[in-house]
Amino acid sequence: MTVRPDTFRSPERVEDAALLTGRAQFVDDLPEPGNCLHLAILRAGEAHAKITLDIAAAQALPGVVAVLTGADVAALTKPLMVGVRLPMECWPIAQDRVRYVGEPVALVVARSRYIAEDALALIDVVYEKLPAVVAPRDALADETVLHESVGSNLVSDRSYRYGDPEAAFEEATHRVEISVSYPRNAVTPIECYGLIAAYDPFEEAYDVTANFQGPFSIHSVISRALKVPGNRLRLRTPPSSGGSYGVKQGIFPYIVLASVAARVAGAPVKWVEDRLEHLTASVSATNRETTLAAAVDAEGRVTALDWDQLEDVGAYIRAPEPATLYRMHGNMCGAYDIQNLSIRNRVVVTNKTPTGLVRGFGGPQVYFALERLMRKIAVTLGLDPLEVIERNLIPAEAFPYRTASGALYDSGDYQKALEIGRTDARLAELLERRDVARAEGRLYGIGYAVAVEPSVSNMGYVSTVLTKEERAKSGPKNGAQATATVALDPLGSVSVHVASAPQGQGHRTVLAGVVGKVLGLPAEAVQVRTDLDTGKDAWSIASGNYSSRFAAAVAGTGKLAATRMRDRLAAIAAPMLGVSAEEVQFEGGMVTAEGAKPIPFARLAATSHWAPGTVPEGAEQALRETVYWTPPQLEAPDEADRVNSSLCHGFIFDFCGVEIDRLTGALRIDRYVTVHDCGRILHQGMVDGQIRGGYANAIGAALYEEYAYDAGGAFLTGTFADYLVPTATEVPAPEIHHLETPSPFTPLGAKGVGEGNCMSTPACLANAASDALGAEILTLPMTPARLRAHFAGEEPAAPEGVKPAAAPGGRGLTGSGEVEIAAPRQTVWDTLLDPETLERIVPGCHGVKKVTDTHFRADVTLGVGPVKGRYTVDVKLTDLVEPQSATLSGGARGALGSGEGSGRVVLEETPEGGTRMRYDYEAQVGGKVAAVGGRMLDGAAKVVIGQFFRALAAQTGGGTAKSGLLDRLMFWRRS
Amino acid sequence: MKPAPFDYIRAETREDALAALSEHGEAARILAGGQSLLPMLNMRLATPSVIVDTYRLSRAAQIREAGDAVEIEAGVTQARLLGWDGLAKALPLFAKALPWVGHAQTRARGTVCGSVAHADPSAEIPLCVAVLGGEVVLSNRRKSRKVASGEFHIGMMMTDRRDDEMLTALRLPRAKPGEGYGFAEYGRRHGDFAVVACAAKVTADSITFGVGGVGDTPVVARWDALDGSALDDALNACAWGLGARDDVHADARMRRDLVRGLGRRAIEAARREITA
Amino acid sequence: MTTLSKDDTTLIRLTLNGREVQGRASPRLLLSDFLRHELGATGTHVGCEHGVCGACTVRVDGVMARSCLMLAMQAEGAQVDTVEGLAPQPDRLSVLQAAFRRHHALQCGFCTAGILMSLDTLLRDEPDADRTRIEEVVGGHLCRCTGYAPIIDAALDAAAELRGGDHV
Repeated sequence: MTVRPDTFRSPERVEDAALLTGRAQFVDDLPEPGNCLHLAILRAGEAHAKITLDIAAAQALPGVVAVLTGADVAALTKPLMVGVRLPMECWPIAQDRVRYVGEPVALVVARSRYIAEDALALIDVVYEKLPAVVAPRDALADETVLHESVGSNLVSDRSYRYGDPEAAFEEATHRVEISVSYPRNAVTPIECYGLIAAYDPFEEAYDVTANFQGPFSIHSVISRALKVPGNRLRLRTPPSSGGSYGVKQGIFPYIVLASVAARVAGAPVKWVEDRLEHLTASVSATNRETTLAAAVDAEGRVTALDWDQLEDVGAYIRAPEPATLYRMHGNMCGAYDIQNLSIRNRVVVTNKTPTGLVRGFGGPQVYFALERLMRKIAVTLGLDPLEVIERNLIPAEAFPYRTASGALYDSGDYQKALEIGRTDARLAELLERRDVARAEGRLYGIGYAVAVEPSVSNMGYVSTVLTKEERAKSGPKNGAQATATVALDPLGSVSVHVASAPQGQGHRTVLAGVVGKVLGLPAEAVQVRTDLDTGKDAWSIASGNYSSRFAAAVAGTGKLAATRMRDRLAAIAAPMLGVSAEEVQFEGGMVTAEGAKPIPFARLAATSHWAPGTVPEGAEQALRETVYWTPPQLEAPDEADRVNSSLCHGFIFDFCGVEIDRLTGALRIDRYVTVHDCGRILHQGMVDGQIRGGYANAIGAALYEEYAYDAGGAFLTGTFADYLVPTATEVPAPEIHHLETPSPFTPLGAKGVGEGNCMSTPACLANAASDALGAEILTLPMTPARLRAHFAGEEPAAPEGVKPAAAPGGRGLTGSGEVEIAAPRQTVWDTLLDPETLERIVPGCHGVKKVTDTHFRADVTLGVGPVKGRYTVDVKLTDLVEPQSATLSGGARGALGSGEGSGRVVLEETPEGGTRMRYDYEAQVGGKVAAVGGRMLDGAAKVVIGQFFRALAAQTGGGTAKSGLLDRLMFWRRS
Repeated sequence: MKPAPFDYIRAETREDALAALSEHGEAARILAGGQSLLPMLNMRLATPSVIVDTYRLSRAAQIREAGDAVEIEAGVTQARLLGWDGLAKALPLFAKALPWVGHAQTRARGTVCGSVAHADPSAEIPLCVAVLGGEVVLSNRRKSRKVASGEFHIGMMMTDRRDDEMLTALRLPRAKPGEGYGFAEYGRRHGDFAVVACAAKVTADSITFGVGGVGDTPVVARWDALDGSALDDALNACAWGLGARDDVHADARMRRDLVRGLGRRAIEAARREITA
Repeated sequence: MTTLSKDDTTLIRLTLNGREVQGRASPRLLLSDFLRHELGATGTHVGCEHGVCGACTVRVDGVMARSCLMLAMQAEGAQVDTVEGLAPQPDRLSVLQAAFRRHHALQCGFCTAGILMSLDTLLRDEPDADRTRIEEVVGGHLCRCTGYAPIIDAALDAAAELRGGDHV
């Protein structure tokens, strides 16, 4: 059945008034301890290098309390635990080597954040560069190995086999295969990481308040790293958190760093991550190279799947990785009834930011491959794509359904969802729109995707990466402990606490309703607290806000706790009412039974405080109930590597129509429909909110967002001007439809709903774009430039004599120029080799040292307009052909970043007795300036290099830069 | 992301600002609306030792019609110009282009002269000034000089402004009968820097065509009233001549196609609008 | 002309949500930090410090401003309005705030303060703002939770109510 929004209760959220009036308490809003200091972190500007640090100047800056290097941190901690058995040391701060741009290299604790950042600029880092490993396939070659102790960049390689995939492929009519790449991205919360850490040297205990989201299994990782028992790490969360989407799991290495900094500084330390830090180095989804093949019969039925997944976790395999790769392990056949399955999972490390939780967690990577393949099967067999999907869906009567790799799908009616799409969501209309658009010559396409959305993760799924022998050794891991506490106070009012660490999802509102309903109270009467204190509150390693576990697990546990409390109260009330406990009713704030005089709830609820002696024999005191709940279906992986990786499995059917602009290549979403089955809906407004949010995030992943690196590992998207988050004008509202097949495995029948569109929408949009272009979209994001490549055709030829500035696909900065100088060639040559003259003429030069005859070192202020920085520049001259030509190569380093390059200078005599100097150069730039100023680098290089040669020309006899052919082609407005 | 330390001078008047510049010269940066400079300060890409805050000048700053020209004084915000009731008539190109400049929130504080002085090659305002053949008024303590926009923008964020000078006003020719204006832009998202922006001024016998976002400065060409394949050829030559590059937002080929396509769109739109 | 050396601080006086307040600032102190940490008005949030996300948007002398792109020094004598000043009474929401709550136009609520300040200014200056105009103004903000549609709906609803019409 389709649920119409108006038939469902969508109470206003109790959270909202504080948020709307500016009274909410986010971590940076909390009062600071009076002696609070501030932490700033110096980060690597190079992707892969050995480092040496000079921190003396930073230490000497007034206001600086402490400067810590990797060694200082290592002296007080242990490396972070790694999820696979490997001799890899995963430190939260570089020791003597950096492995990704943004890796912490030094910590400064100072009186204010402003001063701490001043000190960062005074730390001199010398990088001895190593080759960077960027692409996962290149990592496999092991030409450069990130962790020598491991010996290879391939840190995990496991194969799995379920059913008889070889036979299925053997018998199949068709084998259809697709290879796709999923990029790096993340749903960047608008509030970055933030924390306050303190250390008590007498109790040897850390106390940290952080906007951490869980899972609280990470508490153990932090405790071990800090070398304290779990009860000496009090981890608290603030009342409000500004979004997470998984990402705030990644604050944990900083909890370690700030804790150590507080210990060394002898005072509480506050750290608020800034946006540059966040985009560069917080956490990213894994990028993944996938080849997926299907064995297909003549009717388009898939009989086997063969997965080859190559996962890139960045520079370290940081907890909880390789979880991204295994979260979907039970669901690798998606919504399809396929019993033969083979999987090869490889994990590599590269010189990129370590990965972690991001909304969808593993799902986007899997469904981009699987749903793109399903469309390719349809195209290959000449079938309708929706037909192919439908023929392979798990039948409605098969639930609960055990997948080949061990998941137990709780409930569903996938065919019904498709029917809702066809009827209520008017699929036929969209098909007509496509016909009309195509008749007009427009690039219009329709895409479909179905996805099974897992929720409530089995804490044991990651151990599927281990062999059964390794698992036996480390002991079984399973379950998903949820907790909820319901308490009564002396005035008989009800308080609830859960360890769900919400980041905006309205947990307080839902729980107030759930608990109120059980106790016969209005939701407004129930007070819910969700800030967590591991020192006082009930929690478990499964606590936290991830794997969409709230509605299915936590809210349900709230119901169980409330029910237990109600039962105790009923036992107390029964003799007062003269009935048996089973007959006691809780309704409208009263406790009643047929024929008896009602008792106000508050009076009954206060009994155990005021008059515990009146509690009848056999009944228990009703003060506080804490329930721990874990579903029995979440078992440890079995001997055959089957795992029920999640408890609940929702379903999504998406379809959309898109149009691609023939000029710009921009993809416009004409209509987007998403049909959801998330079991029992607890709050319509919030469910729709989750769907809309995930969908908007997915539009970002599909069309705009990518953490981009160049071939040398330089990070290129360090600001919100380059990492493009869609705004209101880029996100058309989706059309949402619902059906409900309640989960038999959860107390409320609810399933998770927060991540599904992150899984389905990128695939659906890519299928639509493939349809529009008659092409196979194999990577994301679908930038206009990438889409245009499918239809742009041959380019009008360049007019004679005009060459493109750079070879297509070329990386780095290149340029060339020409200057005519009214001086003899030898004079120009001599000038070029004379440090004293160079010092005078190089713009912004503060001094040139001659290291050898052909090696100069200069101290130069470089920049354009307001963007200026001071650099140490090394230039080496080679291939000297006096006085004709020379090759200049070298590098520059400074607080803003570093560059390397080489250029060739050629001097020719002109008929007039002067000199024509021609130069060309090629350079790569890294560090902050590459991350935040990419758009300007090319022009800036041109300006700086041009200035040098013009100055050289001016020094040696005056001259003019020559402009090119354009002057002859166009009339330039220079008057 | 906090600025490095700097000395602060708040100018209440133009004279204050020029006096400060005369004293501090190269060490000083002028803070106008701050929508470009503050991000650079926060990222410490820019670390000037003195900030001369001229925002107070906006209180007295005027948009003035003087004969054939419109003079926009330093301090006039982009939002104010956009809301000026003479805009559509006097500066139709600005009326079309200003909504593409950033967001309502940045236009509210960002100034027109500040954008020209900052000389970002992707910015719309310098492009429009260049296509109109506007003049930049540069003043120091002693005198003022006028510089044609083509001479003013000399490179990526590089201008002809001397260290003791301030851009005190822009002089833009008023639209005349017989002229039509067109503007077309593509950015990845609404409000983003232009990947390519094209502006055109067209009369019965000439085309003035400008491109932003590709070269290091706005690039302007002037053609006869080309049409059909002759216009295609001119746009194609222009597109190839700009030295377009690949970056994370677009590749060189796409930029050239956009110059050809949006260029044609802007010119045709301008033609349709030629006023009697 | 006012001059302040980089090592000094000065007293900044301004009107915050209709009340005169003061606090100390050095030349480089950002208005966002001044409001939050000097004046304790933590309702204004900081999301990017380079003027893109819009979370820190406040109203200065009647116009929208990214408070991360202003120095505290620039607010001397100014009328600054922030989210804390929107509600007509401590226990009552403004029309716009109430519409946000009704439409579930916020989840984590971190970006909300800035969006409210932009929309409050828009609806004050342009009571007839239509969907396109509202989308354009909200386009100056990043929100990761809501997908924006409920924000636009809330703004349209509030605009209608403020004009004296019915809820849409």
